Amino acid sequence: MSVESHEGVHRHPAPTSFIRKYIFSVDHKVIGIQYIILALVAVLVGMTMSLLMRLNLSWPPPHSWPILETLFPTGAPGGVMTPEFYLSLVTMHGTIMVFFVLTTAPQGGFGNYFLPIQIGAEDMAFPTLNMLSFWVTLVGFIVILLAIFAEGNQSVGQWFAALGPSFAGGSGTVGPIGGWTGYAPLSALGKIAGPGQGAGMNLWVISIAIFCVGSLLGALNFITTLLNMRTKGMSLMRMPLTCWAWFTTAVLALLSFPVLLGGGILLLLDRIAGTSFFIPSGLYVSGLLSGTNPNFPLHTGGSPILWQHLFWFFGHPEVYIAILPGMGATSHILSTFARKPVFGYRAMVFAIFAIGLLGFFVWGHHMFISGMSPYSAIAFSVLTLSIGVPSAVKTFNWLGTLWGARIRFTTAMLFALGFVSLFVAGGITGLILGQSSLDLAMHDTYIVTAHFHLVMGVASIFGMFAALYFWFPKMFGRFMNEKIGKLHFWLTFIGVYAIFVPMHIMGIVGMPRRYASFGEYEFLRTLHPLVLLVSVAAIITITAQLIFYFNLIWSVFKGEKAGDNPWEATTLEWTTATPPPHDNFAGVLPTVYHGPYEFAVPGAPKDYVMQTEAEADVPSGNGHNGHKH
Amino acid sequence: MGRVLAVIIWIITLLSVLLFVSGKWWFPTAISEHAPALDRQFMITIVVVGIAFTAAQVGLGWMVWKYRATGSAADRATYSHGSNRLEVIWTVITAVVFIALGVMGQSVWASLRLHDAPAGSYSVEVVAQQFQWNFHYAGKDGKFGRTDPKLIDDSALNFVGLDSADAAAADDAVTATLAIPVNRPVELRLRSKDVIHNFWVPQLRFKQDLVPGMEIKVHFTANKVGKYELACAELCGQLHFKMKSYMLVLPEEEIQALQALPQDQFQARMAELLAKYPLPTYQ
Repeated sequence: MSVESHEGVHRHPAPTSFIRKYIFSVDHKVIGIQYIILALVAVLVGMTMSLLMRLNLSWPPPHSWPILETLFPTGAPGGVMTPEFYLSLVTMHGTIMVFFVLTTAPQGGFGNYFLPIQIGAEDMAFPTLNMLSFWVTLVGFIVILLAIFAEGNQSVGQWFAALGPSFAGGSGTVGPIGGWTGYAPLSALGKIAGPGQGAGMNLWVISIAIFCVGSLLGALNFITTLLNMRTKGMSLMRMPLTCWAWFTTAVLALLSFPVLLGGGILLLLDRIAGTSFFIPSGLYVSGLLSGTNPNFPLHTGGSPILWQHLFWFFGHPEVYIAILPGMGATSHILSTFARKPVFGYRAMVFAIFAIGLLGFFVWGHHMFISGMSPYSAIAFSVLTLSIGVPSAVKTFNWLGTLWGARIRFTTAMLFALGFVSLFVAGGITGLILGQSSLDLAMHDTYIVTAHFHLVMGVASIFGMFAALYFWFPKMFGRFMNEKIGKLHFWLTFIGVYAIFVPMHIMGIVGMPRRYASFGEYEFLRTLHPLVLLVSVAAIITITAQLIFYFNLIWSVFKGEKAGDNPWEATTLEWTTATPPPHDNFAGVLPTVYHGPYEFAVPGAPKDYVMQTEAEADVPSGNGHNGHKH
Repeated sequence: MGRVLAVIIWIITLLSVLLFVSGKWWFPTAISEHAPALDRQFMITIVVVGIAFTAAQVGLGWMVWKYRATGSAADRATYSHGSNRLEVIWTVITAVVFIALGVMGQSVWASLRLHDAPAGSYSVEVVAQQFQWNFHYAGKDGKFGRTDPKLIDDSALNFVGLDSADAAAADDAVTATLAIPVNRPVELRLRSKDVIHNFWVPQLRFKQDLVPGMEIKVHFTANKVGKYELACAELCGQLHFKMKSYMLVLPEEEIQALQALPQDQFQARMAELLAKYPLPTYQ
């Protein structure tokens, strides 16, 4: 297959004004950095919320934190958090982390910046669409932040109440109460169902719907760019594994976000237009029967479980949307610093595909005990266990890549190794939770919290830390400080294990998720030392992230200067200038001759052969080297 | 650096495994017939998980310990693009182990969920609401009185909408505590008045959502007399964490005597039984 370079289709002149260059930029590199900044801001909000939650769990009421009263006079009167305040933290932490951190930085951030460069393109296929996808996503973020003020501030809440009865706010929370999954009918009923169910929930639904649109625009762009704009010689099987991961992620996003978008619109209609997609008849809420009071209009015929199907049909692929880019970055960085080709490149590509494909057939494992057919649970369960196979294949191949390596322990490499360790630790408990029988006991306990935080949250974030330490020199022309970076790694790596391993034990004992306090239950009393341990570990680990923020900002201005290929890496981003010019390759698109990971080639003058070096440099007959044309 | 990382990975692995095998924290002792099979399946699975976790972490540590760069430019890594044979071997092995676990993991589920409660089961209607449990007992006649959402009136304490015009309702009782017989199949008919709740007694080893608009039937057999905490395990709003009740597992004669009482005495007797039985002790 010959690969055309679509010159002229996407070429646009370098902007000169500040606004077009840095704000409303159509340059994929600037947009990538914008996404990363969005994620860095969002993760601060999300992390602060988890810190507040840990304070409440380990020092429960009546313990008073005077600072909380200063910050949240209605959410924590007397410095004691209300349960509704705690639950809104749960909801907003999850929503902000999943959507605005784990879906922005890995794909919109690093994918945007490096996919076009790694395939040898001058920009994305649709640069303006790319700009729009970021700005739409940012609007979504602003709307979710509005939920904090609409619920937390009385006067803002009153302003929202003027929009209609379903918009009443000011309930003293920082947003809705519903968890990031927003199960109907709690999320559909409106203010009558309790605090946070007015303005906060409306803004939550609207924010997610906007986010879906932004992600769809991005996904279209990624797919088109990758399929159409690879440079000469860049066959599919010569692409870096990062590109395969971003591509598969984009396909997952394209197929799953529309379902959530549709579901979100239906939920909003239930809330503000009196429809009944998710609300059944005969509900009796807060002393009122549906249809007997203007505050609670008649609802009839809806299905609460329908929302769960729509949500999880998106929600499970979303897990892979969050982690696949981390897998790609880890494969890429492991190979680079192991100074060794990726072990089983083809198997890695097939595994990414298999994970992406199977990811669409397992959503029901979130719903074993929801009341859906018990027969479908069996199908979902066995399919879920089989998704462990490609995940294990990836792990074996990462270990295979390290076997016989000559590892250079940069900070990026440490985080990539940390990713492997955490992916195994978090993923392997899927073998427990995926079994319908065991889920009877494990469902919605802290073992679930531990499982998905380790694998979808922390491992993905480790992938992004690895990516940032690795690509920072290319993006900003300076290294991040390695000494501070390594300190950041050690504290974070040990810290996250200290936080999440004990949570498994809590789940086995039976501690339920989303409880504002555990004091009501005798069977949970023995867990208090572990709860405290987790909180202390969380406080230390979260504080350690300040080191990272300092390093990041300091290094942008003061970091040691980096050359074009400081890591002695092989792929196209390292063939161009640091930082890359506006059109990535200064007018001359590179030609590719090899697969992406030609390290330690026998007989080659250096221990790495770049993708653009002429064919003669790599001896033939040693392993499969992608398709050659 | 490689050695430090290896040692830290190994220490984390060791501490994690120790936390699991210490036995200090584990499931509360089970009291249902299906629970031993579930606990056994959990043990089998966690042993597989533990072995895989340990092997992967020890292997990862070993790689970073052994394959450090030496600093000599002439010393290069092994040039290898992989091995199809190894790919096939580890794909097949993991597929067999994982899918076998998955298939084994259906047996308890199938025994509990794929057939109806056996004849002669003791039935209770469970009606959840924000943030309270209501248990509706059929009374002496063994027949549940008619209920209708239109008749629900919390302020008049008719929490489940019992129709007093229905003859079968005359001997029915509604309480906030669940009482069931020991060693006899129990069927719960689960409903919700408002949002989704979840019925959960940790010692029973099962959860089930109560979904508004649906009646979901579950069955089980409890085999140990006593009092157990009953929790809501699905986020249902502000006071979710306080949506607590108790399940009393009573000897057959005690349940029969309770069942024969009229509503007002039923409540009083239930309060006595709640005081009579202590909670299990948790170490």
